[in-house]
Amino acid sequence: MWTLLGIAVVVAGFALRLNPLVVIALAAAVTGVAGGIDPVHVLEAFGKAFNDNRYISAVFLVLPVIGLLERYGLQERARILIGRLRGATAGRLLFIYLFIRQLCAALGLPIGGHAQIVRPLLAPMAEAAAEKEAGTLADDERMRIRALAAATDNVGAFFGEDIFIAVASILLIKGFLETNRIVVQPLQVSVWAIPTALLAFAIHGARLLLLDRRLKSGKP
Amino acid sequence: MITLEYVYILSGLLIGAFAVLSLLDRANPRRLVNGAFWGLLATSFLFGSKIGDLGNGILVLLLVALGAIGLGRGAGESTTTEERRVSAVTHGNWLFAPALLIPAVALIGSLFFKSVTVHGVPLLDPKQVTLISLGAGAAIALAAAMIWLKPPLLAPLQEGRRLMDTIGWATILPQMLASLGAVFALAGVGGAVGHVATAYLPLGHPAAAVAAYCLGMALFTAIMGNAFAAFPVMTAAIGLPLIVHKFGGDVVIMCAIGMLSGFCGTLATPMAANFNIVPAALLDLKDRNAVIKAQLPTAGLMLIANVILMECLVYRF
Repeated sequence: MWTLLGIAVVVAGFALRLNPLVVIALAAAVTGVAGGIDPVHVLEAFGKAFNDNRYISAVFLVLPVIGLLERYGLQERARILIGRLRGATAGRLLFIYLFIRQLCAALGLPIGGHAQIVRPLLAPMAEAAAEKEAGTLADDERMRIRALAAATDNVGAFFGEDIFIAVASILLIKGFLETNRIVVQPLQVSVWAIPTALLAFAIHGARLLLLDRRLKSGKP
Repeated sequence: MITLEYVYILSGLLIGAFAVLSLLDRANPRRLVNGAFWGLLATSFLFGSKIGDLGNGILVLLLVALGAIGLGRGAGESTTTEERRVSAVTHGNWLFAPALLIPAVALIGSLFFKSVTVHGVPLLDPKQVTLISLGAGAAIALAAAMIWLKPPLLAPLQEGRRLMDTIGWATILPQMLASLGAVFALAGVGGAVGHVATAYLPLGHPAAAVAAYCLGMALFTAIMGNAFAAFPVMTAAIGLPLIVHKFGGDVVIMCAIGMLSGFCGTLATPMAANFNIVPAALLDLKDRNAVIKAQLPTAGLMLIANVILMECLVYRF
């Protein structure tokens, strides 16, 4: 039961806004001690997992080309393009992106991502469209629209990918059930992700369209 | 066979270049810290498989220490807003082409190169096709942009370093959290949470068991930052014994919607750093939790929707 202390360290550390890296290292140490594991062994396990999970950071390989294109005005071009599209609003733009992102994720197509799409293209386009609607944007509103662009990428990916049969979460479900002597086919699991996917599109999509109304009325 | 190791070597060389550029950057008051941080991270990518578990552990501790001291930001944008605007007009919509090459190559790679073999050996490691294709997409897009735009040779490295500096120490946060998850697993944290859940939640009624399972998935995912860590624990503790075996619910529907309930937790937690914290840094948001705040209404409504869906479906099929 004392092993749960590590969770308390994480919650307290994040609440106190300490540097998360330090909080995580502390939480790992506390969990290890509470679980009666040799500290050196904890450090080894932590190091091994850090090394095994390097693939998460491989996405930073796109930064040089994205940065280079930004130097030549990629974000400004994205703004110009949106400015010329009649009827383009921030809400509609994000709504269409949500649809594309969910559909691609459901088909297993790797399109989207924060470094590749959101920062260089989607966020500046959404900002430019919002400026067309509301005139100049207050700094807070600008931040909120950027955050909503990132949120839309996440929502689309999360509630689309489970429809694809070869995605990690479906395979995890299949594997877990197999160890419990229940055999299921991936397709059986993935069809039951469809109702949630449709509701996610309706709910987040409605929020995006409400954004336009808020921008037009000029209310914060 | 091309494996992830190639992607790691490429990443290591790139981040190593960031380290050198950071050290030389007089605009950054903390250039030594930045140089050491990126240098260590490059070491992890280049030699992580060779320095052993303890070596990696010590390397992480050094990274944490440097992150705690605090990284600085180096030289910012190399062109003015006005210059970029003029460039955007002269280069036109072709500017999108290299950026769109990245997903295009990733797409072609994961669709068509999955089954290509050379002398019976797969060309790309079948399990890692998406990441390898992403790396290839980045390299091809960069080559195309360099040939077309003819920037100074060091420009892509300087621009990449600029973006990396905006993310700063948060770069390694996702890997740190995954490692914490490994220590949690080693110490049996999951089992302890499952024990607490079954001891204190009202589970005597079929509808209550469904609600406890879905909410438990979301909460435990928020704590661990990952639905994959929560799923086996909650399903073994509540899902299988109660919903399936005791009340006769459908196991497939329960698992599918249970996992998606966990994703609602992912949207709501700073522990899922690569989805929530790194993008906030990448978009220069002042509030580290701004992306989470933007997601909270959707996450809350979707959790309710998942509970209702499971209540309606799981005992019917």
